[in-house]
Amino acid sequence: MISLAGRDILHAWGKFVFTGIGLGLLIGVTLTMAGVYRGMVDDGRALLDNSGADIWVVQQGTLGPYAEPSSVHDSTWRGIVALPGVWQAGNVTYLTMQVRKDGSDVRAMVVGIAPGEAGAPGWPPYLVAGRHITRSHYEAVADIASGLALGERIQIRRNFYTVVGLTRRMVSSSGDPMVFIPLKDAQAAQFLKDNDAIWQGRQRTEESPAFNRPGVPGLLEAVIASQSSNPYVNAVLVRIRPGHDPEEVAQTIRRWKHLTAYTRVQMEDILVGKLIATSAKQIGMFLAILAVVSAAIVAFIIYTLTLGKIREIAVLKLIGTKNRTIAGMIVQQALGLGLIGFVVGKITATFMAPAFPKYVLLIPQDTVTGLVAILVICVLASGIAIRAALRVDPAEAVGG
Amino acid sequence: MAGKGILIEGLRKRYGQGDTAVDALKDVNMAVAPGEVVGLIGPSGSGKSTLLKCLGAVIEPSAGRMTLGDEVIYDNGWKTRDLRALRRDRIGFVFQAPYLIPFLDVTDNVALLPMLAGVPNKEARQRALELLQALDVQHRARAMPSLLSGGEQQRVAIARGLVNRPPVILADEPTAPLDSERALAVIRILNDMARRFETAIIVVTHDEKIIPTFRRIYHIRDGVTHDEAGEGRDIELPA
Repeated sequence: MISLAGRDILHAWGKFVFTGIGLGLLIGVTLTMAGVYRGMVDDGRALLDNSGADIWVVQQGTLGPYAEPSSVHDSTWRGIVALPGVWQAGNVTYLTMQVRKDGSDVRAMVVGIAPGEAGAPGWPPYLVAGRHITRSHYEAVADIASGLALGERIQIRRNFYTVVGLTRRMVSSSGDPMVFIPLKDAQAAQFLKDNDAIWQGRQRTEESPAFNRPGVPGLLEAVIASQSSNPYVNAVLVRIRPGHDPEEVAQTIRRWKHLTAYTRVQMEDILVGKLIATSAKQIGMFLAILAVVSAAIVAFIIYTLTLGKIREIAVLKLIGTKNRTIAGMIVQQALGLGLIGFVVGKITATFMAPAFPKYVLLIPQDTVTGLVAILVICVLASGIAIRAALRVDPAEAVGG
Repeated sequence: MAGKGILIEGLRKRYGQGDTAVDALKDVNMAVAPGEVVGLIGPSGSGKSTLLKCLGAVIEPSAGRMTLGDEVIYDNGWKTRDLRALRRDRIGFVFQAPYLIPFLDVTDNVALLPMLAGVPNKEARQRALELLQALDVQHRARAMPSLLSGGEQQRVAIARGLVNRPPVILADEPTAPLDSERALAVIRILNDMARRFETAIIVVTHDEKIIPTFRRIYHIRDGVTHDEAGEGRDIELPA
């Protein structure tokens, strides 16, 4: 038996191909939306991978440092590094802000990293150009996605930094590129006030009889010094020795240091399950709407194509064609349309993804899921056209 | 091929019930022998289309008896349960317009019926090509229907009607869209095919050009058929 659907598609290939291209663009958007979600999850995982930590120590009772603010004293790491099973510990600060350069600015996550060497917790694990930070102040390493170049001068708050190194795939959970600067600079940047505010603060302290006591020399200077500095960091990143269980070490930190400690698994749950959960739901809604729109389009197109063949269907029924042969023809055409649309959509998504400002990750699993979903949608959408075709009276082919 | 053509006895068809009932066919009696071509003529509203649909097993008569070949297919109720197979295997249709399937070429338009009946594609196409040759359109075998002239399309439609060697062919105004020359050519082909394949052919028509060619004509008026002899004029086509 010849394929009636295949012959019809070949006969009117232009109509099918152009309709398929239109449908394909919609499918391309759907696949890209799925890629945006995957990109967000991958950004979160990249953030955790690239931090080089096994445990994140944060302020007690918080979900910091990524999902909630967290403040830990910068001397805490000394006590942590002495615990059994801990190999390295390093302070880190995170501050998402606009980094200015030559009159423009770029959205970035500024990361303050403690003095050390490449490979220490919090440091970028590798560079694609330049060198790591070697000076205590005013040097920066930037992710290449920030658009910054080696030697470029950037402004973070009041201070200027020179970009000495470039790295890749170092992004925040929301996809913003990272800019690494020395920890002391980052701590200052987090709490730095303008000169007028500093002057007014000092004035208020000097006028306070509690701090400005003639009989206690040095008290006023000590109070002003403590108000002008920031001894806090957002988290302590901990790397454990091989052979130790991260959960056991985290439990020890929680018990003895009165801090909250998260293992890699727990931190991934926070990032994926809490931080990007709302965005995931948002994208899920879009995917559902796009699926419904795709189904409606396929249903409308197949229904219209079927209505255009009512006389032929009546003749086919009159000369003895089985209903299932006619239904099969319509389903095959819907599947053909879906396949054309899927191929166009996949190509579109593949070429469109790199043009997005944030990371879009297209994975084979989503491609397969998308293909199955499209085929299911096409079969379901052809139901209306099949119903119309099966209602055609073979008597319509006979005159009168 | 069965040897008795088609026999219709006391066929009736009523639409609706009670006060609104309409008797479209009141008393239809017809007998068409194998190899015979008869005309069925009548004014609008006389019941021609209803009769054609009953004969084509598209709608069920209300009463009467229909015999196709040696088999009673209707006797106050369908005797044959599979009407779809009956239409496919035992009744050929030729329509006013050819109604060829636009996405199949000429050969496959004709071969589709045997294929639907389960005949292998190669054999079905061979059977189609033989018929196309008999109807002198073999040179258009691979062409799409849209590229054929009206006369060629009608000949292909006749080939489709004949391809399963049905005992009866119902032709519904087959010459309506054609000029005199082509209309007469189609009637000659139908006569040739009827003789060659021992098929009974009923031609429903209004066409004054072809009515004189029938040897026997059934007039239908108010749902009742009347048999009368036709002129049976020889069909002479211009050279």
